[in-house]
Amino acid sequence: MEVVQMQRRFAEYTASLFREGFLDAQFTQLQQLQDETNPDFVEEVVSLFFEDSEKLVNNLAKTLDQQNFDYKKVDALVHQLKGSSASIGAQRVKNVCVAFRQFCEDQNVEACLGCLQQVKQECFLVKNKLETLFRMEQQIVAAGGSIPVMEYN
Amino acid sequence: MSTAGLVSRRDCSHQLHVLAVDDSVVDRKFVERLLKISSCKVTAVESGIRALQFLGLDGEKKETAGFDGLKVNLIMTDYSMPGMNGFELLKKIKESSTLKEIPVVIMSSENILTRVDRCLEEGAEEFIVKPVKLSDVKRLKNILTKGDKGQNEEDPLLSLPLSSHDLASSSTSSSSPFKFLDHRSKRPRLQG
Repeated sequence: MEVVQMQRRFAEYTASLFREGFLDAQFTQLQQLQDETNPDFVEEVVSLFFEDSEKLVNNLAKTLDQQNFDYKKVDALVHQLKGSSASIGAQRVKNVCVAFRQFCEDQNVEACLGCLQQVKQECFLVKNKLETLFRMEQQIVAAGGSIPVMEYN
Repeated sequence: MSTAGLVSRRDCSHQLHVLAVDDSVVDRKFVERLLKISSCKVTAVESGIRALQFLGLDGEKKETAGFDGLKVNLIMTDYSMPGMNGFELLKKIKESSTLKEIPVVIMSSENILTRVDRCLEEGAEEFIVKPVKLSDVKRLKNILTKGDKGQNEEDPLLSLPLSSHDLASSSTSSSSPFKFLDHRSKRPRLQG
Protein backbone atom coordinates (compact mmCIF):
# COMPACT_ATOMS: atom_id res chain seq x y z
CA MET A 1 0.00 0.00 0.00
CA GLU A 2 1.31 3.45 -0.84
CA VAL A 3 2.04 5.94 1.88
CA VAL A 4 -0.65 8.32 0.60
CA GLN A 5 -3.23 5.55 0.77
CA MET A 6 -2.13 4.65 4.27
CA GLN A 7 -2.37 8.27 5.35
CA ARG A 8 -5.86 8.54 3.91
CA ARG A 9 -6.97 5.37 5.68
CA PHE A 10 -5.47 6.71 8.89
CA ALA A 11 -7.28 10.03 8.55
CA GLU A 12 -10.58 8.30 7.82
CA TYR A 13 -10.17 5.92 10.71
CA THR A 14 -9.32 8.72 13.11
CA ALA A 15 -12.31 10.72 11.91
CA SER A 16 -14.59 7.74 12.50
CA LEU A 17 -13.34 7.34 16.07
CA PHE A 18 -14.26 10.93 16.80
CA ARG A 19 -17.56 10.67 14.95
CA GLU A 20 -18.57 7.55 16.84
CA GLY A 21 -17.69 9.20 20.14
CA PHE A 22 -14.85 6.88 21.10
CA LEU A 23 -12.51 9.84 21.29
CA ASP A 24 -13.00 13.50 22.03
CA ALA A 25 -10.96 16.72 21.82
CA GLN A 26 -8.78 15.72 24.74
CA PHE A 27 -7.22 13.00 22.57
CA THR A 28 -6.29 15.67 20.03
CA GLN A 29 -4.66 17.60 22.87
CA LEU A 30 -2.56 14.53 23.65
CA GLN A 31 -1.51 14.24 20.02
CA GLN A 32 -0.44 17.87 20.04
CA LEU A 33 1.86 17.15 22.96
CA GLN A 34 3.72 14.52 20.95
CA ASP A 35 6.78 15.54 18.98
CA GLU A 36 10.20 14.29 17.88
CA THR A 37 11.52 14.59 21.44
CA ASN A 38 8.59 12.53 22.72
CA PRO A 39 7.44 10.44 19.76
CA ASP A 40 5.65 7.81 21.83
CA PHE A 41 3.89 10.08 24.23
CA VAL A 42 0.33 9.23 23.19
CA GLU A 43 0.96 5.51 23.24
CA GLU A 44 2.60 5.77 26.65
CA VAL A 45 -0.26 7.68 28.23
CA VAL A 46 -2.84 5.41 26.62
CA SER A 47 -0.91 2.40 27.86
CA LEU A 48 -0.90 3.78 31.39
CA PHE A 49 -4.62 4.35 31.12
CA PHE A 50 -5.32 0.74 30.18
CA GLU A 51 -3.16 -0.61 32.99
CA ASP A 52 -4.89 1.73 35.41
CA SER A 53 -8.41 1.03 34.13
CA GLU A 54 -7.88 -2.71 34.33
CA LYS A 55 -6.98 -2.40 38.00
CA LEU A 56 -9.94 -0.14 38.66
CA VAL A 57 -12.40 -2.40 36.84
CA ASN A 58 -11.11 -5.45 38.72
CA ASN A 59 -11.43 -3.58 41.98
CA LEU A 60 -14.96 -2.54 41.06
CA ALA A 61 -15.92 -6.11 40.22
CA LYS A 62 -14.57 -7.35 43.54
CA THR A 63 -16.31 -4.62 45.49
CA LEU A 64 -19.68 -5.07 43.80
CA ASP A 65 -19.44 -8.80 44.40
CA GLN A 66 -19.48 -8.35 48.15
CA GLN A 67 -22.65 -8.80 50.18
CA ASN A 68 -22.79 -5.39 51.78
CA PHE A 69 -20.51 -3.24 49.74
CA ASP A 70 -19.99 0.46 50.36
CA TYR A 71 -21.39 2.64 47.59
CA LYS A 72 -18.90 5.33 48.54
CA LYS A 73 -16.08 2.98 47.71
CA VAL A 74 -17.63 2.14 44.35
CA ASP A 75 -18.17 5.82 43.65
CA ALA A 76 -14.57 6.64 44.51
CA LEU A 77 -13.30 4.01 42.08
CA VAL A 78 -15.63 5.16 39.31
CA HIS A 79 -14.55 8.75 39.95
CA GLN A 80 -10.95 7.72 39.35
CA LEU A 81 -11.84 5.90 36.17
CA LYS A 82 -13.89 8.84 34.98
CA GLY A 83 -10.97 11.17 35.61
CA SER A 84 -8.38 9.16 33.78
CA SER A 85 -10.65 8.37 30.84
CA ALA A 86 -11.39 12.08 30.53
CA SER A 87 -7.66 12.79 30.58
CA ILE A 88 -7.01 10.67 27.52
CA GLY A 89 -10.20 11.60 25.69
CA ALA A 90 -11.87 8.19 25.97
CA GLN A 91 -15.30 9.77 25.77
CA ARG A 92 -17.54 6.71 25.80
CA VAL A 93 -15.79 5.26 28.83
CA LYS A 94 -16.13 8.59 30.57
CA ASN A 95 -19.84 8.81 29.77
CA VAL A 96 -20.53 5.39 31.24
CA CYS A 97 -18.71 6.53 34.38
CA VAL A 98 -20.96 9.56 34.66
CA ALA A 99 -24.04 7.32 34.59
CA PHE A 100 -22.34 4.86 36.92
CA ARG A 101 -21.78 7.55 39.56
CA GLN A 102 -25.42 8.54 39.36
CA PHE A 103 -26.47 4.95 40.01
CA CYS A 104 -24.13 4.84 43.00
CA GLU A 105 -25.85 7.90 44.36
CA ASP A 106 -29.22 6.24 43.74
CA GLN A 107 -27.83 3.08 45.38
CA ASN A 108 -29.19 1.05 42.48
CA VAL A 109 -27.18 -2.17 42.56
CA GLU A 110 -28.61 -3.66 39.35
CA ALA A 111 -27.85 -0.54 37.39
CA CYS A 112 -24.36 -0.42 38.89
CA LEU A 113 -23.68 -3.96 37.78
CA GLY A 114 -24.97 -3.04 34.35
CA CYS A 115 -22.59 -0.10 34.22
CA LEU A 116 -19.70 -2.28 35.25
CA GLN A 117 -20.32 -4.49 32.23
CA GLN A 118 -20.72 -1.47 30.01
CA VAL A 119 -17.52 0.13 31.21
CA LYS A 120 -15.61 -3.12 30.64
CA GLN A 121 -17.02 -3.26 27.13
CA GLU A 122 -16.18 0.36 26.34
CA CYS A 123 -12.63 0.00 27.64
CA PHE A 124 -12.22 -3.10 25.51
CA LEU A 125 -13.57 -1.36 22.42
CA VAL A 126 -11.50 1.80 22.71
CA LYS A 127 -8.40 -0.25 23.47
CA ASN A 128 -8.81 -2.17 20.22
CA LYS A 129 -9.55 0.97 18.27
CA LEU A 130 -6.46 2.71 19.59
CA GLU A 131 -4.26 -0.32 18.99
CA THR A 132 -5.43 -0.31 15.39
CA LEU A 133 -4.72 3.40 15.17
CA PHE A 134 -1.19 3.03 16.56
CA ARG A 135 -0.50 0.15 14.18
CA MET A 136 -1.56 2.31 11.25
CA GLU A 137 0.76 5.05 12.47
CA GLN A 138 3.66 2.65 12.73
CA GLN A 139 3.05 1.43 9.17
CA ILE A 140 3.09 4.98 7.85
CA VAL A 141 6.30 5.82 9.69
CA ALA A 142 7.92 2.55 8.58
CA ALA A 143 7.05 3.41 4.99
CA GLY A 144 8.77 6.76 5.42
CA GLY A 145 5.63 8.85 5.65
CA SER A 146 4.51 11.36 8.25
CA ILE A 147 1.41 11.13 10.39
CA PRO A 148 -1.28 13.50 9.09
CA VAL A 149 -2.19 16.16 11.65
CA MET A 150 -5.86 15.97 12.46
CA GLU A 151 -7.75 19.20 12.95
CA TYR A 152 -10.81 19.03 15.14
CA ASN A 153 -12.39 21.88 17.01
CA MET B 1 26.67 16.52 45.39
CA SER B 2 28.88 16.33 42.30
CA THR B 3 30.12 19.39 40.47
CA ALA B 4 28.00 18.39 37.49
CA GLY B 5 24.98 18.56 39.75
CA LEU B 6 25.89 22.07 40.85
CA VAL B 7 26.30 23.27 37.28
CA SER B 8 22.94 21.93 36.18
CA ARG B 9 21.28 23.54 39.18
CA ARG B 10 22.67 26.90 38.19
CA ASP B 11 21.46 26.42 34.62
CA CYS B 12 18.06 25.46 35.94
CA SER B 13 17.79 28.54 38.09
CA HIS B 14 15.95 30.35 35.33
CA GLN B 15 13.69 27.45 34.60
CA LEU B 16 10.49 27.30 36.59
CA HIS B 17 10.35 24.29 38.82
CA VAL B 18 6.87 22.94 39.29
CA LEU B 19 5.85 20.32 41.81
CA ALA B 20 2.86 18.39 40.46
CA VAL B 21 0.81 16.34 42.90
CA ASP B 22 -1.76 13.83 41.65
CA ASP B 23 -2.70 10.29 42.65
CA SER B 24 -3.62 9.41 39.06
CA VAL B 25 -0.67 8.06 37.11
CA VAL B 26 -2.33 9.10 33.84
CA ASP B 27 -2.83 12.67 35.01
CA ARG B 28 0.70 12.89 36.38
CA LYS B 29 2.13 11.90 33.05
CA PHE B 30 -0.14 14.30 31.22
CA VAL B 31 0.56 17.32 33.42
CA GLU B 32 4.26 16.52 33.43
CA ARG B 33 4.27 16.65 29.65
CA LEU B 34 2.30 19.90 29.56
CA LEU B 35 4.85 21.44 31.89
CA LYS B 36 7.91 20.08 30.12
CA ILE B 37 6.67 21.22 26.74
CA SER B 38 6.32 24.63 28.36
CA SER B 39 9.98 24.47 29.39
CA CYS B 40 9.39 23.90 33.06
CA LYS B 41 11.32 21.58 35.28
CA VAL B 42 8.89 19.09 36.81
CA THR B 43 8.77 16.92 39.87
CA ALA B 44 5.65 14.76 39.92
CA VAL B 45 4.56 13.00 43.10
CA GLU B 46 1.57 10.84 43.90
CA SER B 47 0.40 12.19 47.22
CA GLY B 48 0.27 15.13 49.58
CA ILE B 49 2.58 13.32 52.00
CA ARG B 50 5.18 12.81 49.28
CA ALA B 51 4.82 16.45 48.30
CA LEU B 52 5.49 17.59 51.87
CA GLN B 53 8.47 15.26 52.08
CA PHE B 54 9.87 16.72 48.89
CA LEU B 55 9.34 20.23 50.18
CA GLY B 56 11.22 19.34 53.35
CA LEU B 57 8.19 19.73 55.58
CA ASP B 58 8.11 16.24 56.97
CA GLY B 59 9.87 17.33 60.13
CA GLU B 60 12.74 14.93 59.48
CA LYS B 61 15.06 17.15 57.50
CA LYS B 62 15.96 20.79 57.73
CA GLU B 63 16.51 22.87 54.62
CA THR B 64 20.13 22.58 53.56
CA ALA B 65 22.18 24.50 51.03
CA GLY B 66 21.70 21.54 48.71
CA PHE B 67 17.96 21.92 48.94
CA ASP B 68 18.21 25.39 47.39
CA GLY B 69 18.65 23.92 43.94
CA LEU B 70 15.40 22.08 44.27
CA LYS B 71 13.42 25.22 44.98
CA VAL B 72 9.87 24.98 43.82
CA ASN B 73 8.28 27.95 42.06
CA LEU B 74 4.77 26.53 41.76
CA ILE B 75 2.77 23.67 43.19
CA MET B 76 -0.04 22.19 41.13
CA THR B 77 -2.11 19.75 43.08
CA ASP B 78 -5.13 17.60 42.36
CA TYR B 79 -7.98 18.17 44.77
CA SER B 80 -9.35 14.64 45.20
CA MET B 81 -6.64 12.38 46.49
CA PRO B 82 -6.83 9.58 49.04
CA GLY B 83 -5.32 10.38 52.41
CA MET B 84 -4.37 14.04 52.33
CA ASN B 85 -6.44 15.84 49.70
CA GLY B 86 -5.37 18.94 47.78
CA PHE B 87 -7.10 21.31 50.14
CA GLU B 88 -5.35 19.80 53.16
CA LEU B 89 -2.03 20.01 51.35
CA LEU B 90 -2.75 23.64 50.50
CA LYS B 91 -3.43 24.39 54.17
CA LYS B 92 -0.22 22.75 55.30
CA ILE B 93 1.78 24.76 52.80
CA LYS B 94 0.15 28.06 53.73
CA GLU B 95 0.69 27.34 57.41
CA SER B 96 4.41 26.87 56.87
CA SER B 97 6.61 29.90 57.27
CA THR B 98 9.11 28.48 54.82
CA LEU B 99 6.65 27.43 52.14
CA LYS B 100 3.68 29.76 52.30
CA GLU B 101 5.00 32.06 49.58
CA ILE B 102 4.98 29.28 47.00
CA PRO B 103 1.91 29.69 44.80
CA VAL B 104 -0.43 26.72 44.85
CA VAL B 105 -2.86 25.88 42.09
CA ILE B 106 -5.66 23.38 42.65
CA MET B 107 -6.78 21.08 39.82
CA SER B 108 -10.10 19.30 39.93
CA SER B 109 -12.41 17.52 37.54
CA GLU B 110 -15.33 18.88 39.53
CA ASN B 111 -16.19 22.55 39.22
CA ILE B 112 -18.01 22.92 42.53
CA LEU B 113 -18.38 26.53 43.59
CA THR B 114 -18.04 25.92 47.32
CA ARG B 115 -14.90 23.91 46.65
CA VAL B 116 -13.46 26.67 44.48
CA ASP B 117 -14.23 29.30 47.11
CA ARG B 118 -12.73 27.26 49.92
CA CYS B 119 -9.52 26.76 48.03
CA LEU B 120 -9.17 30.37 46.98
CA GLU B 121 -9.92 31.58 50.49
CA GLU B 122 -7.27 29.27 51.86
CA GLY B 123 -4.76 30.92 49.54
CA ALA B 124 -4.79 28.96 46.30
CA GLU B 125 -3.85 31.16 43.38
CA GLU B 126 -6.17 29.44 40.95
CA PHE B 127 -8.60 26.62 40.62
CA ILE B 128 -8.24 24.83 37.30
CA VAL B 129 -10.90 22.47 36.01
CA LYS B 130 -9.46 19.28 34.56
CA PRO B 131 -8.37 18.29 32.06
CA VAL B 132 -5.69 20.93 32.32
CA LYS B 133 -4.95 22.68 29.04
CA LEU B 134 -1.70 23.84 27.56
CA SER B 135 -3.13 27.36 27.65
CA ASP B 136 -3.59 27.04 31.44
CA VAL B 137 0.08 26.19 31.86
CA LYS B 138 1.16 28.97 29.52
CA ARG B 139 -0.91 31.47 31.44
CA LEU B 140 0.50 30.36 34.80
CA LYS B 141 4.00 30.49 33.42
CA ASN B 142 3.55 34.01 32.09
CA ILE B 143 2.30 35.21 35.44
CA LEU B 144 5.18 33.57 37.30
CA THR B 145 7.90 34.85 35.02
CA LYS B 146 6.52 38.37 35.08
CA GLY B 147 6.99 38.30 38.83
CA ASP B 148 10.66 37.34 38.40
CA LYS B 149 11.45 40.19 36.04
CA GLY B 150 9.99 42.86 38.28
CA GLN B 151 12.03 41.81 41.28
CA ASN B 152 14.26 44.85 41.49
CA GLU B 153 11.93 47.38 39.94
CA GLU B 154 8.48 48.60 40.77
CA ASP B 155 5.98 46.14 42.08
CA PRO B 156 5.06 43.92 39.13
CA LEU B 157 1.81 42.94 40.79
CA LEU B 158 0.29 46.26 39.98
CA SER B 159 0.70 45.61 36.29
CA LEU B 160 -0.55 42.03 36.34
CA PRO B 161 -3.77 41.68 34.41
CA LEU B 162 -6.56 39.58 35.82
CA SER B 163 -6.92 36.63 33.48
CA SER B 164 -10.43 35.76 32.37
CA HIS B 165 -9.96 32.39 33.98
CA ASP B 166 -9.03 33.97 37.29
CA LEU B 167 -10.85 32.82 40.34
CA ALA B 168 -13.72 31.12 38.51
CA SER B 169 -16.97 32.62 39.68
CA SER B 170 -15.77 33.24 43.19
CA SER B 171 -17.05 36.31 44.93
CA THR B 172 -13.52 37.14 46.01
CA SER B 173 -12.44 37.67 42.42
CA SER B 174 -13.40 41.30 42.13
CA SER B 175 -11.56 42.41 45.25
CA SER B 176 -8.29 40.54 45.11
CA PRO B 177 -5.60 40.85 42.50
CA PHE B 178 -3.69 37.76 41.56
CA LYS B 179 -1.69 37.32 44.74
CA PHE B 180 1.34 35.57 43.37
CA LEU B 181 4.65 36.62 44.86
CA ASP B 182 8.10 35.41 44.07
CA HIS B 183 8.96 33.55 47.25
CA ARG B 184 12.65 34.03 46.70
CA SER B 185 12.36 37.75 47.26
CA LYS B 186 10.49 37.10 50.50
CA ARG B 187 8.19 40.07 50.15
CA PRO B 188 5.20 40.04 52.46
CA ARG B 189 1.89 38.76 51.11
CA LEU B 190 -0.47 41.52 50.16
CA GLN B 191 -3.77 41.50 51.93
CA GLY B 192 -6.43 41.26 49.23
